[in-house]
Amino acid sequence: MSTPEQQINEAIQGAIADNEVILFMKGTPEAPRCGFSARSVAALEALGTPFAAVDILPDPRIRQQLSALSNWPTIPQLFVRGELVGGCDIITEMYESGELAETLGVQPPGDAPDAAPVASEAGAAAPLTIENKLS
Amino acid sequence: MPTTDELKLRIETTIPGAQAEVVDLNGGGDHFRATVIAPEFAELSRIEQHRRVYAVFGPEIGGPIHALSLVTRAES
Repeated sequence: MSTPEQQINEAIQGAIADNEVILFMKGTPEAPRCGFSARSVAALEALGTPFAAVDILPDPRIRQQLSALSNWPTIPQLFVRGELVGGCDIITEMYESGELAETLGVQPPGDAPDAAPVASEAGAAAPLTIENKLS
Repeated sequence: MPTTDELKLRIETTIPGAQAEVVDLNGGGDHFRATVIAPEFAELSRIEQHRRVYAVFGPEIGGPIHALSLVTRAES
């Protein structure tokens, strides 16, 4: 019988394994609840890359388990092909240097701004919720 | 409540040869930005550089230090 913590841990690992690009964030891409999460969503959306998103706010254990797993204390956290890419600062730096598009394997659209965008637009990717994985 | 001077001192005394600049982003004493330059960063990936700075504060990150935005590099 696994504990709720183990179930959350397994759901997080499953979500990371199942989604090539996945952002753990506060709020959703449509309604981010923190400026750092909003900025990370905006960078991914400016590159036009589809991504899964998990809102960590509904249960504090999601963040505890995620940070234990990733050895990364803050939110957001971006994973690409199972690897932690970083938080908002690294996402922003890599966006501006072109490394983020490279890591994601996408060509930045012609209208992508050079500086990491601040404003968030409505996301096309459906947010994945950890609750769904646990039900 | 942590101060920018305290954060700067703790980074500089924990990471050998580090120079840190810390600003309080909103004046509230819980959202900070630190620019950290340290020789050992030359050997570390960007993720590892950030982990090294976060490790200075351990569980205080996400607690009293609500947010610590980082810029790290090996050379000034």
